[in-house]
Amino acid sequence: MNGEKAIEQTSSGQHRRPAGSEVVMRPAVDIYEDATGITMKADLPGVSRERLDIRIDGDSLTLEGEVAIEMPEGMQAAYADVSTTRYRRSFTLSKELDTDHIDAELKNGELTLRLPKRPEAQPRKIEVRTD
Amino acid sequence: MAYFSSSDLFEPLERLRREMDALFTDWAGPLGIRTPALGAYPPVNVGTTPKQVDVYVFAAGMDPKSLDVSLEQNLLTVAGERAAEPPQEVHVYRRERFGGRFRRVITLPEDIDPDKVHAAYKDGVLRITVERKEELQPRRIEVK
Repeated sequence: MNGEKAIEQTSSGQHRRPAGSEVVMRPAVDIYEDATGITMKADLPGVSRERLDIRIDGDSLTLEGEVAIEMPEGMQAAYADVSTTRYRRSFTLSKELDTDHIDAELKNGELTLRLPKRPEAQPRKIEVRTD
Repeated sequence: MAYFSSSDLFEPLERLRREMDALFTDWAGPLGIRTPALGAYPPVNVGTTPKQVDVYVFAAGMDPKSLDVSLEQNLLTVAGERAAEPPQEVHVYRRERFGGRFRRVITLPEDIDPDKVHAAYKDGVLRITVERKEELQPRRIEVK
């Protein structure tokens, strides 16, 4: 297993319309792999721990978060780069990842997900014997 | 205080207006001299009330002490540097997150009071609140 397609991105486009016609933001992610697993970092500014939902359904991983920001009564938008309050993005996982032991940490709107490989899927060095 | 809902600061109409602006500002003017191209980092929202102006800077994963916020007359500057380097010895599949130095300059309304500013960083969003000068706030003029 070379892990080349360990995680496949299933969504595309900056704004995507899933079932319903809600507009969502696609959070920027970094994904990298080492010998024992895959690390994903996602930027979810404005999302608190209570409003972050990480779901595993079969081989699908979905991140979903709601932006909640305090604002004064009667505020009017003068300028907005961020025009919707929901982040969502899905990935397809591969079998060697141990979905029972995923670790997630959210700090300052930055999510770090650690997806470990099953022990039997971790690389082993194969001894070459010589006679 | 209340929370954003999709009907207020993130007004879909506002988004449509921006997309129209993006379509047309290349050949129709005028464009704000400090307005960056779409997609500049970090994204910024600005909201106003008669009493104050709030600037929300969406910059995840920062140490608040490393954020440099300054106000010169009605020009607000937010600068910082974000380290988003993956560790050595890994195979990188995807690198979309912003890394490096950033700076955004936001032109605030003329009637703000530069002495009444405060900034707070929470959940990856820097909120800067600037009060507006009282004498310029709308008053009801009584007709006798």
